[in-house]
Amino acid sequence: MKKEITISVNGEKHTLEVEPRTLLVHVIREHLRLTGTHIGCDTSSCGACTVLLNGKSVKSCTILAVQANGKEVSTVEGMATADGLHPLQEGFKENHGLHCGFCTPGMLMRAAELLENNPNPTEEEIRWGISGNLCRCTGYNNIVKAIQYAGAKMRGEETPSTEPEFV
Amino acid sequence: MIPATFDYAAPQSLEEAFSLLEQHGDEAKILAGGHSLIPMMKLRFASPEFLIDINNIPGLSYIKEEDGYLKIGAMTRESELETSKVIHAKYPIFLDATKLIADPQVRNMGTLGGNLAHGDAANDHPALMMAMRAEVVISSAEGHRAVPIDEFFYGFYMTAVQPNEILTEIRIPVPGPGTGNAYHKLERKVGDYATAGAAVQITLDQQGVCTYAGIGLTNVNPTPMRAARSEEVLVGHKPDAERIELAGQYASEDCSPSSDLRGDEEYKRAMVKVLTKRMITKAIERAHSKG
Ligand SMILES: Cc1cc2nc3c(=O)[nH]c(=O)nc-3n(C[C@H](O)[C@H](O)[C@H](O)COP(=O)(O)OP(=O)(O)OC[C@H]3O[C@@H](n4cnc5c(N)ncnc54)[C@H](O)[C@@H]3O)c2cc1C
Ligand code: FES
Ligand code: FES
Repeated sequence: MKKEITISVNGEKHTLEVEPRTLLVHVIREHLRLTGTHIGCDTSSCGACTVLLNGKSVKSCTILAVQANGKEVSTVEGMATADGLHPLQEGFKENHGLHCGFCTPGMLMRAAELLENNPNPTEEEIRWGISGNLCRCTGYNNIVKAIQYAGAKMRGEETPSTEPEFV
Repeated sequence: MIPATFDYAAPQSLEEAFSLLEQHGDEAKILAGGHSLIPMMKLRFASPEFLIDINNIPGLSYIKEEDGYLKIGAMTRESELETSKVIHAKYPIFLDATKLIADPQVRNMGTLGGNLAHGDAANDHPALMMAMRAEVVISSAEGHRAVPIDEFFYGFYMTAVQPNEILTEIRIPVPGPGTGNAYHKLERKVGDYATAGAAVQITLDQQGVCTYAGIGLTNVNPTPMRAARSEEVLVGHKPDAERIELAGQYASEDCSPSSDLRGDEEYKRAMVKVLTKRMITKAIERAHSKG
């Protein structure tokens, strides 16, 4: 009962055979070996598995791989370019937006869609915007700063100071 | 967690979907946003043998006013409601609700049709539909039928949608002048289902007399519930503090919440009273501000 699917992942086309019950996150991690996308809760709560599906952030632990047939998937591996880190990655680095890093790939992918829809979000909009992503380490403040930093950079403005906040 | 084995098809048209339903009967399930169904399949609370994915069928996603109704296609995502101009201009109750439904990623997938067809009193949209007296359009190979929301929810996970049918549209009567609506739910944390929730729509005439009241409650009854006595105490009167107090009181008496991790029965009844009163007051404020 396997189905053939074709998905484009970070711009590269893959054709594979999967059982309909195979989850998108398993195709990404196990079939394509892109292990940047994490599995935290496996119950659509934590956001560690967040990827972009045709540009929309979704939880890949709650999507069947067959649902992604013919679509474009973006994962954290596709973020940096030959020119260097994506402004979001730079923001997280500069602002200590991560400690253990487990939540980070999901945070980055979610924040990417957030800034795409709303290039200049308020702090409150950022906090609601990442409300589907749990972080057990940072206390979120430096994640918010990291996203503000990336927003400023992407708008071509001067980036805010990167003094980390210790809480 | 991986669901039990099933077969899958993604038809390109409603006709094709109907014939698949015909073929597979009640072994088949419709897959919309999948954000209630897939979690249940992963936990093996549900193990359909066949999934009919309706995401590739064109024409099931829209938000438009037409023939005196706000018509919303069943496959319209929560995130599309959040950004719709019509919704922003005239139906703030949807913005109150979507902000509190799950999180942005879930709202990119979850559909209004799925939220209703799931038949769960913990979901938020059923209460809104009660407040606005929506109709649900259900389609099959034989044609369409419109079911008033009060006749839609049969029981836990059971609705008027039959195994050969697909929910295709939600119709909400366009409210007249002097109407306001509002929703709020109490939740323990972002993304949680409601401890209790209240949806209210009120219409006032020029004299400030209430000519319409719709009140729906979330997660305090085995099925989504209309607070009928609360509506009656408002309609035909100026909704003063005393009547609003009574409406809240009746809602808290008429619901039947069960004690669980979100709170015991007494607490939930108290919250129903507070929320109902607050949402009536907010709906009235919005009715005044629109004139
Ligand atoms: C972490 C998390 C938190 C959540 N929090 C909330 C919340 O706070 N409030 C809330 O209301 N919901 C919440 N949800 C549920 C979410 O909103 C679901 O998306 C919604 O309940 C179902 O919509 P769906 O489109 O995903 O439907 P699906 O999961 O695809 O389907 C649900 C059921 O309805 C049937 N169905 C779907 N569409 C149709 C149709 N057009 N015709 C016939 N049958 C159909 C399916 O066969 C299935 O039985 C949450 C979900 C998650 C994962
Ligand atoms: S692993 Fe998907 S949301 Fe937690
Ligand atoms: S950095 Fe450890 S979970 Fe977020």
